[in-house]
Amino acid sequence: MSFVETFNALPMAELRRFAPATRGLAGFAAMLAPEVNLEQLAKQAHETTLRHFGRVIRLYAPLYLSNECINICKYCGFSRDNPILRVTLTVDQVEAEARYLQAEGFRHILLVAGEHPHFVSNKYLRDCVARLGRDWPSVSLEVGPLETEEYRPIVEAGAEGLVVYQETYDRSVYKSMHTSGPKMNFDWRLETAERAYAAGFKRIGIGALLGLADWRTEAISLAAHVEYLLKKCWRAQITISVPRLRPAAGEFEPLVHVTDRELTQFICAMRLTFPEVGIALSTREPAKLRDGLMRLGVTMISAGSHTEPGGYTGQGKDKLHLTKGGRQIETEGEHATVQFEIADSRSPAEVAGVLAGMGYEAVWKDWDTSLNG
Amino acid sequence: MTDKPQLLRIAGREFTSRLIMGTGKFASGELMAAALEASGAELVTVALRRADLTGGKDKFANILAFVDQKRYLLLPNTSGARTAEEACRLARLGREATGSSWMKLEIHPDPRYLLPDPIETLKAAEILVKEGFTVLPYINADPVLAKRLEDAGCATVMPLGSPIGSARGIEMRASIGIIIEQATVPVVVDAGLGAPSHAAEALEMGAAAVLVNTAIAVAADPVRMAAAFKLAVQAGRTAYEVGLAPKRREADATSPLTGFLN
Repeated sequence: MSFVETFNALPMAELRRFAPATRGLAGFAAMLAPEVNLEQLAKQAHETTLRHFGRVIRLYAPLYLSNECINICKYCGFSRDNPILRVTLTVDQVEAEARYLQAEGFRHILLVAGEHPHFVSNKYLRDCVARLGRDWPSVSLEVGPLETEEYRPIVEAGAEGLVVYQETYDRSVYKSMHTSGPKMNFDWRLETAERAYAAGFKRIGIGALLGLADWRTEAISLAAHVEYLLKKCWRAQITISVPRLRPAAGEFEPLVHVTDRELTQFICAMRLTFPEVGIALSTREPAKLRDGLMRLGVTMISAGSHTEPGGYTGQGKDKLHLTKGGRQIETEGEHATVQFEIADSRSPAEVAGVLAGMGYEAVWKDWDTSLNG
Repeated sequence: MTDKPQLLRIAGREFTSRLIMGTGKFASGELMAAALEASGAELVTVALRRADLTGGKDKFANILAFVDQKRYLLLPNTSGARTAEEACRLARLGREATGSSWMKLEIHPDPRYLLPDPIETLKAAEILVKEGFTVLPYINADPVLAKRLEDAGCATVMPLGSPIGSARGIEMRASIGIIIEQATVPVVVDAGLGAPSHAAEALEMGAAAVLVNTAIAVAADPVRMAAAFKLAVQAGRTAYEVGLAPKRREADATSPLTGFLN
């Protein structure tokens, strides 16, 4: 029994009536109604966030290890069929990038990589975590899904969290977007959070990539997933993220447009349904929107991010290569290709200053290596 | 009965204030320091996970810099720990880093309601007491567990009024009453106290002290709210020392009904 069974049995048509309700998934769906009073929802979300999290926002930084990938995902800049400049950082180079982020203030780091068993092997991931685990209070991963037994050594090396987005919970859209590679297996990806929990991860992040399918249906599915994980993985901190598609290599055009207003409604509904769940918001979103959403439910943000390996310090330039149709072609270049363009380019210090102006404290360290048992 | 309020005694140390303050959720370190001042607290808890435990004085993890240890007794806490092993490891590092062997033992494996794990808490308390820590464990309002922790050598027991940050007040009133009745160590009501009246209620019941954080940190004016809690705690304690009038189901006639017998 996994979330797959629960997901398959979701009464989606019923929930999509958005009928008035006060509890559970039906209550969540009611908050997604097009005619909802968003200002009222936002007020409640603000109060709920304040009560549960206080006037603090946790900061984290993504560090891209590799943009090699064996999957073809039509919307992703790293998709195997995109002719882009790729590189996989060595463990020493990863450490150099991490040192830069540490000087910026970050103490929570998210290691991100494309899915490639050769370049991004399990041993490589474990080595990266073990190296950073010495200096970083919190190391999390956002990498291709693995089996429980493959996750265990990574947890033992000191990883605290695992992030895996389903991308879209719409099976038919998922199928049309993922045309090659292990990522084609929808159910296996859907069960990743549970495998990660079984392996001992303490923080599990899930999410949907907005722009691929109807956002309200995605929202209900994500809420159902959160509801399930809160019961099944009760010792883990569950966090969510709802990234919207950004321009990237491949020039993919979003299939649906999700407005700022709709994203705000989604986040408020999540906050009110799951008061204790962490909500992450990356630099994909522009500054003004990010600043506004931090009052309404967002609790973790990145800042000054680069979405390419070596982006912070120029590490890995020597090994850059172009891939065409999955084949490597030697070339010269300045830096690896980004996964997507960021929209908020403010530095971490600037963001911390803005937070202070808003009456919030930027919390850089909120975990300790000694808690990674 | 004297006019002088009785002092709070924990592990042989005396405190004038019966309000213990938490330091999380504040908008800034400066505001937190000002709230501490206004609260009159002498015992202050800090989450070790937010502090630099390497001894490196990390300016990005400097919460301890805002708690003047000459003025306040530091009560580090193990929040974030899900097992006894993690809590003990964190406590040892915390003692090294802060120099304080007082430890608020918090083990809540469930990040949703942050309810304490009784089994792991007892296990960790037994270990930490043996290692010379002054242990103040955060527990559910379980009278038997409270006695077991007392037997293990804990300096206090700290039952929750209601879940952390919930502001629901003393929902566990009946059980906390039993804990107070049976305790030989100070009982500190911790968590869920959302209003000064909740704190006063705990003290009126006979709790030795209360620990408050969220209600002060997220108030529109944390400094004034801290002062309000200070007054409420003083009022509640004074009322307890004086003794409340017994509650009655029916009105009590002020003119005696048996006066004709005199």
